[in-house]
Amino acid sequence: MTDTDTSLLDKAAEKAVRATPAPLAFRVRGLSDRAIAWLFITPTIVLLLAINIFPLIWAVHLSFTNFRANRPNAAIDGVGLSNYQRVLNDPDIWQAMQTTAHFVFWTILLQMLIGFTLAHLIDRKFRGHAFWTTVILIPMMLSPAVVGNFWRFLYQPQIGLFNYIYSFFTGVDPSSFEMLGSVALSPWAIIIVDTWMWTPYVMLICLAGLRSIPDYIYEAAEVDRASAWRQFWSITVPMALPFIMLAVLFRAIENFKMFDMVVLLTGGGPGSTTEVASITLKREAFESWRTGRASAFAIILFVAVFGLANIYVKALNRVKQR
Amino acid sequence: MSTANSAHSVVEPSSTTKRIAGAIVILYAIVTMVPLAWIFLTSFKSPPDSISYPPKIVFQPTLEGYCNLFTTRTRQTPDYIQSLGAPTSTCDEITRNRNMVIAGPSNYWPRFQNSLIIAFGSTFLAVSLGTLAAYGFSRFKVPLADDLLFFILSTRMMPPIAVAIPIYLMYRQLGLSDTALGMILLYTAVNVSLAVWLLKGFIDEIPREYEEAAMIDGYTRLQAFRKVVLPQATTGIAATAIFCLIFAWNEYAFAVLLTSGSAQTAPPFIPTIIGEGGQDWPAVAAGTTIFLVPILVFTILLRKQLLRGITFGAVRK
Repeated sequence: MTDTDTSLLDKAAEKAVRATPAPLAFRVRGLSDRAIAWLFITPTIVLLLAINIFPLIWAVHLSFTNFRANRPNAAIDGVGLSNYQRVLNDPDIWQAMQTTAHFVFWTILLQMLIGFTLAHLIDRKFRGHAFWTTVILIPMMLSPAVVGNFWRFLYQPQIGLFNYIYSFFTGVDPSSFEMLGSVALSPWAIIIVDTWMWTPYVMLICLAGLRSIPDYIYEAAEVDRASAWRQFWSITVPMALPFIMLAVLFRAIENFKMFDMVVLLTGGGPGSTTEVASITLKREAFESWRTGRASAFAIILFVAVFGLANIYVKALNRVKQR
Repeated sequence: MSTANSAHSVVEPSSTTKRIAGAIVILYAIVTMVPLAWIFLTSFKSPPDSISYPPKIVFQPTLEGYCNLFTTRTRQTPDYIQSLGAPTSTCDEITRNRNMVIAGPSNYWPRFQNSLIIAFGSTFLAVSLGTLAAYGFSRFKVPLADDLLFFILSTRMMPPIAVAIPIYLMYRQLGLSDTALGMILLYTAVNVSLAVWLLKGFIDEIPREYEEAAMIDGYTRLQAFRKVVLPQATTGIAATAIFCLIFAWNEYAFAVLLTSGSAQTAPPFIPTIIGEGGQDWPAVAAGTTIFLVPILVFTILLRKQLLRGITFGAVRK
């Protein structure tokens, strides 16, 4: 950057630069900062308005009508709040919400337990830990749909690897149980795949949490002769808590929206045992073609995620400030 | 796991502790790799081997899965097959051994190409738009900046199906249904939120003094952005691009609802691969293997930036 331009204009500009305080100085040449700021930000905002916000407003509008997307030429009548009433009174939808809650609860619990334990072990920095960490991370990068589809093969009774390995260790006949076909086991089948896939995610965030704890705190605790158990509960856990809570937040939002993996594993079956909210929504919108009612359900889901996430973020910030 | 034994300590963990920790982690890593290894092995099995009981670990490897993945076949009488000349390729030979002939290419390669076009197209757009917006948010006082940034992020919280309903109607009106352009725009919109958040973090880390020095040397703001900020942000831009690429590559919900034929990507296609009498698992495994390899490479390239990407830049290290 040793431009030695000697034109008059530049000299004048340089003088102006020296004379004016920093933020003002750069408006001298080229586009003003203000113009650049808007020039840079506007395309993104326009795109989001066109592809996210406009459709959302349209969905809100549709949710008050009896519109059916498979009959685009039929008259559209406003039906007021009746779509919302029907959704909130529909036992199938409450069943789907319960299924989703069960799925979210168990996946998060298992992923936290295994993920935190793994992070804690990796933090011991044994030889080759960097390599094995990368290996562990692989499942979470893969397509849930494509991998979920393959797990359907692993879960086949008799020929499937999962049943075979289970029977190898327990002696149970591998054709005596169906992970995907039985009402009792299918919720666990999807929980197992999700845990397999997303434990690395939780592990990675927990690891960052553990590594953020400065050594001197443990040194002080050592001096005070705090037991390892005590150190774990009064230093490690509270200090890693904001990270753990962040992992819970991200996993909860993602699993609340869960669609692809479950569709390919069970399609919501058997019956509607594993029908999570997104699958019900898809059925309403693209199979029953009750577009109005599906839109109402979509809005309710969005408000629920958004509201819960907001409350949670407030709690998270309070923990962080402590 | 006894946490008491493995609790953090200032003193380097003893070598026994390390060894036990290592053994458990490696065991876990191996167990999680089993399903992936099984996909890989199955892709080299013949259809009868793939569904044998007990599952075969040692088997005669064959390319039949890959042949079936890329071709469509029809059953023919042995006489007809005899009457054909010598097989022209390995696949030809494998197919004839099953009393079939290759009828033509399958849809896998076109679907894979769609995945490539849509993933790279949307990544390019999302990263370009994201870099500009991130620079804007990072360097200038934008009115309502926090609200705008939160708005950008909140678009990620909606269930994809909820977004898909109005998009489906809008695309039908605009003629964007089942087009690569429609999918590129949609994935760009989804990815741009991630891109803005991640890149803002990366650009925030570049000292403003660099640009200011350049501007004192006579650069305009735009020149300083191009010649000072962009080169400094290369790592961040590359990492962001890979994250966008992985999302678009893996996406299923929008793809299955909004594409059916000409713009269909690989994820909705792979589960539909069927052979005679049910799913052709070696072909599915072959399709899955080819589909997963790019992601494996990217994961290894990204490993240092992974944490940042998956938390929208909330955790930096």
